[in-house]
Amino acid sequence: MIELVSESKCVECNLCVSVCPTNVFDRGEHGIPVIARQSDCQTCFMCELYCPADALYVAADAEGPTAVSEALLDEQGLLGGYREKVGWGKGRKPVAEHPYMYELAKRTAIG
Amino acid sequence: MAKVWEDSELRLSADVLVIGGGPSGTWAALTAATNGSKVILVDKGYCGTSGATAPSGTGVWYIKPDEQLREEARQSRYLLGGKLAEVPWMNRVLDRTYENMNKLGAWGYPFPKDDNGDPYKRGLQGPEYMKLMRKLVQKAGVQILDHSPVLELLADEHGVGGATGVRTQSGQTWTVRAGAVVIATGGCAFLSKALGTNVLTGDGYLLAAEAGADFSGMEFSNAYAICPTFSSVTKTAYYRYASFYYEDGTIVEGAGSQRGRSIIARNLLQGRQVYASLDQAPEDIRPLLRVNQTNFFLPFDRLGIDPFKDKFPVTLRLEGTVRGTGGIRIIDEQCSTIVPGLYAAGDAATRELICGGFTGGGSHNAAWAMSSGSFAGEGASKFARDLGDRASNRQLKSVSTTTFAKAGGSEDKGKTAEAIRAVQEEVTPYDRNLFRTQEGLASSITRLDGLWTDLRERTTTLDLQGVRHREATAMTATARWMYNTAQVRTETRGMHKREDYPTLDDSQRYRLISGGLDQVWTQKAEVSKEAVTP
Repeated sequence: MIELVSESKCVECNLCVSVCPTNVFDRGEHGIPVIARQSDCQTCFMCELYCPADALYVAADAEGPTAVSEALLDEQGLLGGYREKVGWGKGRKPVAEHPYMYELAKRTAIG
Repeated sequence: MAKVWEDSELRLSADVLVIGGGPSGTWAALTAATNGSKVILVDKGYCGTSGATAPSGTGVWYIKPDEQLREEARQSRYLLGGKLAEVPWMNRVLDRTYENMNKLGAWGYPFPKDDNGDPYKRGLQGPEYMKLMRKLVQKAGVQILDHSPVLELLADEHGVGGATGVRTQSGQTWTVRAGAVVIATGGCAFLSKALGTNVLTGDGYLLAAEAGADFSGMEFSNAYAICPTFSSVTKTAYYRYASFYYEDGTIVEGAGSQRGRSIIARNLLQGRQVYASLDQAPEDIRPLLRVNQTNFFLPFDRLGIDPFKDKFPVTLRLEGTVRGTGGIRIIDEQCSTIVPGLYAAGDAATRELICGGFTGGGSHNAAWAMSSGSFAGEGASKFARDLGDRASNRQLKSVSTTTFAKAGGSEDKGKTAEAIRAVQEEVTPYDRNLFRTQEGLASSITRLDGLWTDLRERTTTLDLQGVRHREATAMTATARWMYNTAQVRTETRGMHKREDYPTLDDSQRYRLISGGLDQVWTQKAEVSKEAVTP
């Protein structure tokens, strides 16, 4: 479930408020969005993917909240990790065109 | 009774209204707009991230127009689907999918390259695909209303002519008057948290039924995906590389991703936790697997689990009709329903036509979404155009029998949550839905009928709570169509499994049509008898 909106990283664009398909966030009074309906989170990771500032963290557990520490997530390079893997963000190449996409399909029936 | 559409704060009009912003909805909107229609697309969530496709990677049933390859493609799931697919439909979906995937390439989807340096088009990455679709839809001049769930459809003697709803982020009520309406709301996974499916609560089925549409194949609705117990990421295909273990490290004999799911379910039913490890994946393809489904590995990486070495607990998460094949019945090549002006596409529509009683994720579903979406977009566009002058002075009325109120009591929230739990208790357990029996189905139907009556007696408020109430009502209605048809199909065919009738009965090779709100009915309909191989 969505666990963190990093106040230090957030650029107050409120894109997460727009893109969350289950409407989990509210615009915050002071600009930074708040996790208003955490239990509605379906753990699809889409907010994290769209966040241009790598300010969000969705924990793996879909069934209940997980305690997270921003400092620790930062240290482990987990903030923005999914976005990097999908190849979104300036100067990155989308994973969609990665040669492995075809390579796997060629070698197995998956793809 | 408050009349939503008369009192609406936001009033818009269009030639075509598309409900739902996943692959089928965006293809419908794009196609209708390309055909010259003014289009509005409304999404309960956000067009671009909503639904089962957006967060996933998906294979696509993309087959070059080569007769031998096409024959193999048609055969691939024909028997698995219980011989309920139809050749002409498979052909036109194969044609349209081929065409649409080529268009996607031309419009800038970044396909990987094959050995000849040509784009390889048998798969799509959901985030990339749906981001592009949103962009294309907007570029085509379609107006998108995000976070704008529909509460009811409007109709007159010409047919369906619009809808009303609420914008959940502003609280504003809206009405769109339109010449024709496409329902592309996806299937129903009963809020199970299977990846991306919590917006898929059967809303479109309920709207369609209220307008008088019927359904086909609702018995093929018991899809469950293998998934780590803690995770939402349902990627059953990857478990072909899995070994399944009991807690003591011994192998679960016969468990597997394709035909061995039942064995996993039976163990879980007995309270025995099953563990998986992708330890059968050859070393050299592991990096390829990692790139192909980036989000499959996300939960593992975040928990410090190496899925190729470690054992992790698994469960089967309900996908209901999302990876089932039932849905709103299609009566012609434009994806019309029996209600004039109402079209259905994607998972909201029946997919029996191309895959009979069995499907999985992606592949056929992805092909069906983009093909049926564009068929419906063309159909709706033409219907709206044919209305001509009549379109401007229609006397629209709401077709739901729900009572709407401006605001509700505080006890409503608790009651809706209770109703959702009650319907989940009927459709989630493996020994009710996956392994079906006459006794189990009949007892579920009795309780679901009671729940339906109870939900019908409550008012729907014009706010987020009202939307939740409609979702609970839609899920209950969906479960009733599912189980009433499942009760009539006294055999095991496709994904429909009857414990009391474990074999396929040749005399039951027909479709089951269902419908009705307070009184659910079912009836048999013929399948086109043309065989896949002459």
